Amino acid sequence: MNQQYYETEDLQDFSKIGEFAPEQGKKFFDYYLSSTSAGKLTEREKALIALAVATVRHCPYCIDAYTNKCLSLGVGSDEMMEAIHVGAAMVAGDTLAHATQMRKIVKQKEM
Amino acid sequence: MNHMEQEKLLKELDSSRSFAERLKACASYPLYAQAVETLQMNITRRCNLCCRHCHVNASPDRSEEMSRLDMEACLRAASRPEIKTLDITGGAPEMHPHLAWFLQEAAGMRKRLLVRSNAAILLDKKYEHFLDIYAKTAVEVVVSLPSLHRDRTERMRGADIFDRIVAALRGLNSRGYGKPDTGLVLDLVHNPVGAFLPGAQQSLEEEYKTRLRRDYGIDFNRLYCLTNCPVGRYLDFLKRSGNLEQYIGLLKDAFNSAAVESVMCRTTLSVAPDGHLFDCDFNQILDLSLSSDASAHIRDFDYEKLASREIVVRGHCYCCTAGAGSSCQGVLQK
Repeated sequence: MNQQYYETEDLQDFSKIGEFAPEQGKKFFDYYLSSTSAGKLTEREKALIALAVATVRHCPYCIDAYTNKCLSLGVGSDEMMEAIHVGAAMVAGDTLAHATQMRKIVKQKEM
Repeated sequence: MNHMEQEKLLKELDSSRSFAERLKACASYPLYAQAVETLQMNITRRCNLCCRHCHVNASPDRSEEMSRLDMEACLRAASRPEIKTLDITGGAPEMHPHLAWFLQEAAGMRKRLLVRSNAAILLDKKYEHFLDIYAKTAVEVVVSLPSLHRDRTERMRGADIFDRIVAALRGLNSRGYGKPDTGLVLDLVHNPVGAFLPGAQQSLEEEYKTRLRRDYGIDFNRLYCLTNCPVGRYLDFLKRSGNLEQYIGLLKDAFNSAAVESVMCRTTLSVAPDGHLFDCDFNQILDLSLSSDASAHIRDFDYEKLASREIVVRGHCYCCTAGAGSSCQGVLQK
């Protein structure tokens, strides 16, 4: 057994994640493919969304996969970085929005 | 790297999951030609550019070019009715002294005739007359534009090249190329600028059409997406940048047995500047001669033998079977 939690080669294992639960695995992949393929949004737009989510979620496999997919689709590095800034801004905004709880409690408790 | 060093390196990388084994597993080994429908003529190694992805290592310093005698032999060979397409490439074909003559002769044969041009050369005073020669002979023009991003295209093809290609494409458009109802076909070629595979051809074509029209007022007919083959300067890049093993692994992982049926070597014959024949121009660069039972030179052209020859395969062949498959005419499975 490998001693590392994250191995680059493990990206290739993604297609096998249905192992031990093939029915759910198949349903997941059907859903995954239909969600990430071109629809009302283009394949390019979806790849950028996926890259932003992958980065926010800190998934090294997905960052690898979707950076390569964006490159393959001719997405510029400036466009990829813009998408990641959207993700970063959302995380910052989401964090600050939770400060409301803190502010409410402080105002409730302080004399 | 010279061709022997390249072949040695590729052989090492093909030692596991070899291409021949993969063909055996899908009952396609040995791989045989089905016909000779396209004669791809590499008429010169000379080029005004020195692109980083060039698999034939073309440059201004090269001098090899096809003799007039061998060009005449190509015309004789192409008179066979089975041969439907003459595909002229280089180097920069415009730098060959007999290109204008050849196009005139070939245009009368009523075959599909195409020239692969880097386009930038058409801005040069010495070669700009080819814009009119192309339009007059109605040759299809195929231009390499690796990326819509200026920086990427220039990293691959050289400084200031993007604007020159754009200007040349406008010149071709002004003569009717890429415009509806003119019969003048202008196709573009996309190659990934780096160690990754091309995206879906249809998506990229839509993107190219939208952006080139919107940003530069340029029209064209089709986009061909080509997978970079690990030979020539591209192999040097892969090795130098530490991407070689991963890229070869990527090609192997993306092997698509359905693409084997229509790989271009089964219907194409590649003619080197010295008139020697090869299964494709990648084999030409690696100096992988035709299988022994086929005629080896354009002057000895023997259609029957060549149309059923065994194809010489090696590890680099994975580039034509990856994903949707790749050929000089773009993806194999649309």
